[in-house]
Amino acid sequence: MSAPNKTFDPVEVEALKPGEVERARDQALAAFAVAADLAALHEAKIAHAGDRSPLALANREIGALPPAAKAEAGKRVGQARAAVNAALASRQAELEAERDARVLVEESVDVTLPWDRAPRGARHPLTTLQERIADAFVAIGWEIAEGPEVESEWMNFDALNIPRDHPARTTQDTFFVETPGASEATDSLVLRTHTSPVQIRSLLTRELPVYVICPGRVFRSDALDATHTPVFGQIEGLAVDEGITMADLKGTLDHFATVMFGDGIDTRLRPSYFPFTEPSAEMDLRCFVCRGESVGNPDRPCRTCNSEGWIEWGGCGVVNPRVLLAVGVDPDRYSGFAFGMGLERTLMFRHSVADMHDIVEGDIRFTLPFGVEI
Amino acid sequence: MRVPLSWLREYVELPAEATGRDVAERLLRAGLEVETVHQSGVGLSGPLVVGHVLEIEELTGFKKPIRFCQVQVGQSPQEARGVICGARNFATGDKVVVALPGAVLPGEFKITARSTYGHVSDGMICSARELGLGDDHSGIIVLPDECEVGADAIELLGVRDEVLDIAVTPDRGYCLSMRGIAREAAIAYGSALRDPALLDTPAPTRTGHPVFLLDPAGCDLFVARAVHGIDPLAPSPLWMQRRIQLAGMRPISLIVDITNYVMLEIGQPLHAYAADRLTGPITVRRAQAGELLETLDGQHRRLGPEDLVIADASGPIGLAGVMGGGATEVQPTTTDVLVEGAHFDPVAIARTARRHKLPSEASRRFERGVDPNAAAAAVQRAVDLLVLLGQGEADTAVTVESTRPSVAEPIVIDAALPSRVAGLEYARETVAGRLQEIGCTVEGADTLRVIPPSWRPDLNDPNDLAEEVIRLEGYDRLPSTMPQVPAGRGLTVQQRYRRRVGRELAAAGYVEVLCYPFVGRRDLDQLLLAEDDPRRNTLRLLNPLSDEQPELRTTLLPGLLATLRRNIGRGFNDVALFETGLIFAPKQGATAPPRLSTAQRPSGEQLAALDAALPEQPAHVAVVMAGLREPAGWWGPGRPASSDAGSTLWADAIEAARTVARACGVELEVTQSQYEPWHPGRCARLLLDGRVVGHAGELHPKALTELGLPPRTSAMELDLDALLPARDLPVQGPLVSTFPVATQDVALVVERGVPAKAVETALARGAGVLLESIRLFDVYEGERIGEGRKSLAFSLRFRAADRTLTVEEATAARDAAVSLAAEQTGAVLRGA
Repeated sequence: MSAPNKTFDPVEVEALKPGEVERARDQALAAFAVAADLAALHEAKIAHAGDRSPLALANREIGALPPAAKAEAGKRVGQARAAVNAALASRQAELEAERDARVLVEESVDVTLPWDRAPRGARHPLTTLQERIADAFVAIGWEIAEGPEVESEWMNFDALNIPRDHPARTTQDTFFVETPGASEATDSLVLRTHTSPVQIRSLLTRELPVYVICPGRVFRSDALDATHTPVFGQIEGLAVDEGITMADLKGTLDHFATVMFGDGIDTRLRPSYFPFTEPSAEMDLRCFVCRGESVGNPDRPCRTCNSEGWIEWGGCGVVNPRVLLAVGVDPDRYSGFAFGMGLERTLMFRHSVADMHDIVEGDIRFTLPFGVEI
Repeated sequence: MRVPLSWLREYVELPAEATGRDVAERLLRAGLEVETVHQSGVGLSGPLVVGHVLEIEELTGFKKPIRFCQVQVGQSPQEARGVICGARNFATGDKVVVALPGAVLPGEFKITARSTYGHVSDGMICSARELGLGDDHSGIIVLPDECEVGADAIELLGVRDEVLDIAVTPDRGYCLSMRGIAREAAIAYGSALRDPALLDTPAPTRTGHPVFLLDPAGCDLFVARAVHGIDPLAPSPLWMQRRIQLAGMRPISLIVDITNYVMLEIGQPLHAYAADRLTGPITVRRAQAGELLETLDGQHRRLGPEDLVIADASGPIGLAGVMGGGATEVQPTTTDVLVEGAHFDPVAIARTARRHKLPSEASRRFERGVDPNAAAAAVQRAVDLLVLLGQGEADTAVTVESTRPSVAEPIVIDAALPSRVAGLEYARETVAGRLQEIGCTVEGADTLRVIPPSWRPDLNDPNDLAEEVIRLEGYDRLPSTMPQVPAGRGLTVQQRYRRRVGRELAAAGYVEVLCYPFVGRRDLDQLLLAEDDPRRNTLRLLNPLSDEQPELRTTLLPGLLATLRRNIGRGFNDVALFETGLIFAPKQGATAPPRLSTAQRPSGEQLAALDAALPEQPAHVAVVMAGLREPAGWWGPGRPASSDAGSTLWADAIEAARTVARACGVELEVTQSQYEPWHPGRCARLLLDGRVVGHAGELHPKALTELGLPPRTSAMELDLDALLPARDLPVQGPLVSTFPVATQDVALVVERGVPAKAVETALARGAGVLLESIRLFDVYEGERIGEGRKSLAFSLRFRAADRTLTVEEATAARDAAVSLAAEQTGAVLRGA
């Protein structure tokens, strides 16, 4: 590069004359201002802020100026370019905002359209109810025990202090299973009539103390009608430990009722009879809908409890020492309590289900509203 | 047991204002399950009076004979009124029940004076049925002559009453009597009991009808006494008929009514033999095989050696404790009877009643235990009533045969036991007092020696006595405490994974159903199962609810498919269902479970033998689906096009299996297969570690026709137990590389029969460690690649953990992948 031309008069460089610079700047600002859309602005940008725009070209001339003139010319051009760029950015933002506003309006949709494209599924409320009940006990340290549905008579009856020819054995409407090789000297197979054989299995296989909840399907040869089904769900609980009392049974059931139905819902025990418990009781639940206020109050009848204030829920009692003997638990050292309730019945009163058919028939209209939890 | 409140009041002093509901509430607290309190006679209001028939005019010329009667209903004959009556079972001079105008009979039947048959009928002469007193409509009620004319018949007939219907639990046999219920009511109200069995009984004589107890285990007591000269025309008094009827039985004749009445009152079933039809001494013995007996119901029964019978010289004359025989039945002309009151073994009676399908009022009581000490009183009570009401004469001879021990063994109980069982302190005096209240004799201080009353055979163990104390003190007094439960381990792995399977399937759009496990031959035929298919090897029920479905399921499909059909029938075309449940597969060579004692824990071998007798009962999971898995909508068509041969519903079924497997943390191997009831070209066999665990795909069109289900219906069934992990399988956290990905797509042409999975596997193995993922994104069949071939397009993503891959590295890995696929599956790079 040659040395600076000291005789060169910067004022004589046309492009750097203040008037020219201002003109170029003003033309740019005007072009930006009239650009109606982003495309026009882009054109204007190339013309007035691009590499070949007058200001860019003017900028290049600065290098050729004598040092004394450089500073002033640089300042003049720099300020002009800054103003142009600012105006460009501002107009760019303005036009983009305008475009966005227009396009987004054009892209608007009907958000009320349905999107039932992926079908919904559901779990059966008996399954989820059973899990909910089991979880209430798991939360206080109990465990869930399960067992087979086809059982030996010993497990289903004898071990539970229901000997052959006992009236209780014949009143259970048992389904008998054809058993190869069965004779007067052997037992037969049955479809379990309750989940109590799981209690027996638990006492035979688990270490004491035992606190288990036994949910499962059970079978009785009743025809299906509005309140009966030959195949139904039961959930039983068993506690065997040192020093277990009937008061512990009462307290556990009270706790359970509270977990299931809310505070202040307690239970009532009524004397009853089961061969495997002694003493035995029927367990009633304070009506969780009217809380007993419908009793003797014809103005406020309660459908859930028939205005009786209590709902029959299940059976319970202190484990009969004979049951403990049959499984080799020392009844002088250990005692226990057991309880059980029907899942269908619980579902019916907890969820206002009027007809058993709906629970067993598998109509998707019944099951879907329950979703996956209850 | 139905208990008329007015009858109950005869034995126990109840507060005059106590209603049936009040009494029911008290009894409920004591453990008697009062199911209903029936209000008898509520639909009836008077005036209903005793009328005296003064005159009968027979009217003729009508379709049936009609009587116009002059009936006196007041003090003087001048108060007679004319009443039309269609019944003919009365005569001039009889006393009858007349409903006067203004009366209302059950069914809102208002009585008015009205013109009929050419006369004004100024009231109505009533039958038992018209008054709601029973079914008898054979004629009008003819009252005993001593009834006072004009007296209130509502009172006289005992029309209004409250009846407690009590479901008696099997241990409380004594409550199948007024005596037993009265005892509980007396305790509940703290009032005195008038025990109807407390009456003087004559000492036995040697001259009574000879009785031999040949089977003391079956019958240990037999009381008999004859009554002679009974008036065969004497009717049962109205009050007795009414009570029998309110108690749920039917009045029949004086002699039969008396035995039933005493049974209801005292609880001891009685039998009256026509004395003239008995031949020789009575024996109680087991029947000989093949002996025949015609029972009172007219059935000829073949007896077995387990049946306990009453016999005379002619052979069996009654099934002991169950039902009498026809040959010695009381006849309308019978004047001499022998009344039997015996005590039988509950088990023997239960078995006989069951074997002959003959549950009777008597067997129901004997099965639950009858008070042996009341037998003599019951016989005496019946004899007294026969004398009083039938004008009979009691024979001086009395038979009492007994082999019973005279002293009962006491139960030894710690006086503190009830407190320990209840978790509530009872004083020793409370314990002893309560036990005495129920009829026990109690001795001792800290340790009690308790002899239960004869009517409580259910009291055998200390806990039985504890229950009596606790229930009478009131279950409502029990405190509410919680046991100290040791820390639990939560759900087992299998329990958690099983829940997860259900949730995943529901999330995938399947609706859970719970089907009955019963199937029949037709169900299995519809699945096109071969005769030797193992799924035809089922367990059978001996007493199925339906003969159509006497077997237990070996597959979940029949129930699910029936439920699918039901939903479709109710107007739902697009349905997807799932079920998890047990199936039942008989074990080869299984034997019957041994009969084990309950006196001690069975041995390990014995318990193993019990379980060995059980069938395999694995949990299965299955899905079925029909129609669309995704509906058509404003977004476009649904999926799949269900009736089209290109339906992909089969793929949904297989994916459901993968969903289950993923939920169980395992991966299934899917291979082409043929298995009923699936479509032979659209059936996947599902394997886990080389073991077949299920099948999935589209169902066979023939099966679908049989089942009445739409084409392309698809299904999946898996052995869920085989999938559930034994231990938790924690997912191993993958190393996430942040270097860029290099993607390479390849299209490979293979023979049509080559499984896509085989090509994918070869590609993946060939690609080596740099391969991050591989995905099949297109399948093409058509002219451009030639007949019998298909093109599979895969997208391979490569990434290294430690550097950015070069194009050369990615290409080299892809080439290695293609080359292994070519080697193992014959794949050719498309376009190459």
